[in-house]
Amino acid sequence: MKLRNALFAASALVSVTATAALADGHATTLTIATVNNGDMIRMQGLTDDFTEKTGHTVEWVTLEENVLRQRVTTDITTNGGAFDIMTIGMYETPIWGANDWLVPLDDLSDDYNVDDILPAMRAGLSHEGTLYAAPFYGESSMIMYRTDLMEAAGMEMPDAPTWQFIREAAAAMTDRDNEINGICLRGKAGWGEGGAFITVTANSFGARWFDEDWNAQFDQPQWAEALNFYVGMMEESGPPGYATNGFNENLSLFQQGKCGMWIDATVAASFVTNPDESTVADSVGFALAPNSEGIEKKSNWLWAWALAIPAGTQKADAAKEFIEWATSTGYIELVAENEGWANVPPGARISLYENANYKDIPFAQKTLDSILAADPTDPTVDPVPYVGIQFVAIPEFAGIATEVSQEFSAAYAGQQTVEEALEKAQAITNEAMEAAGYR
Amino acid sequence: MARAVTTQRKALNTAIAWAIGLLIFFPILWTILTSFKTEAQAIADPPVFLFFDWTLENYAVVQERSNYMRFLWNSVFIAGGSTILGIIIAVPAAWSMAFVPSKRTKDILLWMLSTKMLPAVGVLYPIYLIFIKLGILDSRLGLTVVLMLINLPIIVWMLYTYFKEIPGEILEAARMDGASLRNEILYVLTPMAIPGIASTLLLNFILAWNEAFWTLNLTAAQAAPLTAFIASYSSPEGLFFAKLSAASTMAIAPILILGWFSQKQLVRGLTFGAVK
Repeated sequence: MKLRNALFAASALVSVTATAALADGHATTLTIATVNNGDMIRMQGLTDDFTEKTGHTVEWVTLEENVLRQRVTTDITTNGGAFDIMTIGMYETPIWGANDWLVPLDDLSDDYNVDDILPAMRAGLSHEGTLYAAPFYGESSMIMYRTDLMEAAGMEMPDAPTWQFIREAAAAMTDRDNEINGICLRGKAGWGEGGAFITVTANSFGARWFDEDWNAQFDQPQWAEALNFYVGMMEESGPPGYATNGFNENLSLFQQGKCGMWIDATVAASFVTNPDESTVADSVGFALAPNSEGIEKKSNWLWAWALAIPAGTQKADAAKEFIEWATSTGYIELVAENEGWANVPPGARISLYENANYKDIPFAQKTLDSILAADPTDPTVDPVPYVGIQFVAIPEFAGIATEVSQEFSAAYAGQQTVEEALEKAQAITNEAMEAAGYR
Repeated sequence: MARAVTTQRKALNTAIAWAIGLLIFFPILWTILTSFKTEAQAIADPPVFLFFDWTLENYAVVQERSNYMRFLWNSVFIAGGSTILGIIIAVPAAWSMAFVPSKRTKDILLWMLSTKMLPAVGVLYPIYLIFIKLGILDSRLGLTVVLMLINLPIIVWMLYTYFKEIPGEILEAARMDGASLRNEILYVLTPMAIPGIASTLLLNFILAWNEAFWTLNLTAAQAAPLTAFIASYSSPEGLFFAKLSAASTMAIAPILILGWFSQKQLVRGLTFGAVK
């Protein structure tokens, strides 16, 4: 009897231990590389909800955007497996997807409702129709302007203004004695900074980076027109030293009331209307990014920070669970519950813009309109062999565009003429494309 | 009269030295001050210097968001480990170069130093692949070895120049008294070179503490030191200067305190030995 009891106790112990071990085997720790911005930081604060639901824990590696890009690129190209999830953008996703460096997200659950993702975002994060990264938030660019200064100038901002109107309004709003600049725009070198801005501006003047045979197009009159227009307007109404201004510098100027207009990422709307940070929070209006008269293409870009799974991870299933959680409508509701509707990640899901609570946010509709007006598969007036609006989705682009934007910034700073900058851009681009075997 | 001129010159030199010192220290002071401002005050134009509502909010946010102690421990381990390991390897190397030089010693010294001129990114991929193969990616041990190797030329050079100051006859006498090589280095050479070794230790600890390329590229969540901690608060889209300043202040505080207390030793070592 004693022996039977002992055997029974032993087998019970073994089965309990085995069950516990099995449960532990399912729970894992995910390492996620991400950028430092408000939405991502908010997500880190809400991760307990994911852990409660799945048992998985999360380790965050937060880095500055450029450092993150270099870090995750090194890891994915070497199949390093340092990260289970990476935060990447629209530029990397199709390129990495084509190289099979990412796990395809083609088997997400029905509850996730992948059809609810905004079509422009889905297209930009796919390769040959397969989704490789799920958008956490999306953005375009639009005009943010001071309603009080516009009124004082005796002008009214149309919903969709032209560049010519913007230049006129900027001149009218400029008040050098009171340090008010009619317009603040990016001029800083870097493909993601001033390079992105001047590319979309050029698109709206009918210019393009390449013709269908991958020949650089900087020698075409549209580029000269766009660049001369930009430099002329900034000299009339821009802040001093605009050649070194990027997103943060212009945000700072706008928040301190030193810009009449600012054309930049839609995500900035939440910063400039936040009374804790902005001195002009109650007098900001929004409009679609401008186009040149007679040109249909607007100067707005499309970008998404998205979550992707590198092919080198051993935890793809748990990583998919996290991505489903973080980019779901349930997550949006969780943020709204904890932080309010103004702080939910925008620009990723159609249902957000159908939500009555979100429609009250002053910049919500213009953000959606801007995103919908951007098409990465048809970015320019004339046909092009590439995908991407503010970038060209080829691996060589980041290097080429950084060099080109340095030449443009030198022209903004008065170190060379626009014509010289364009000549150099043409030579740099053609040389690099030839070396890479495109021509 | 001569005395008056000397005093005037002294005062002038002191004033210039203070002005240069303040100029060099100003960015650090500004970072510390910004860490106590709100984000709006941090970007105010004209900037506010001392008269603002001081707040500890940024420190609270940084503490809440990041595991500071883990980053700090990683920094201490990696900077300390790489420096000690470097000294252990460099002392015998510098001894042989200083006291038993060969025809190629000068060339070897120059070659070692030339490796410091190689852009780090040029060897990122080979080292990354080695780390993957050895399974030491995102490990303190791996990073300790890499930082030791990177700083080794400087350690050897510094120790070599200190050792060259020590008369070889003293070591010879020790040898004649029957000291083994180990005892000669440990009990004769090392005590005489203590100021030099101490300043080499301190300087390399500071270099390893501040190293940002390898520490960012070879770590993820486990072995990331304070350089990664600072990088996590830098943002190209959003003004978080006050929080970034709080994180920077927390990252530099330990090394600043160490430098403050050991400045005499550091200056003495540098002026007596290597960099005369």
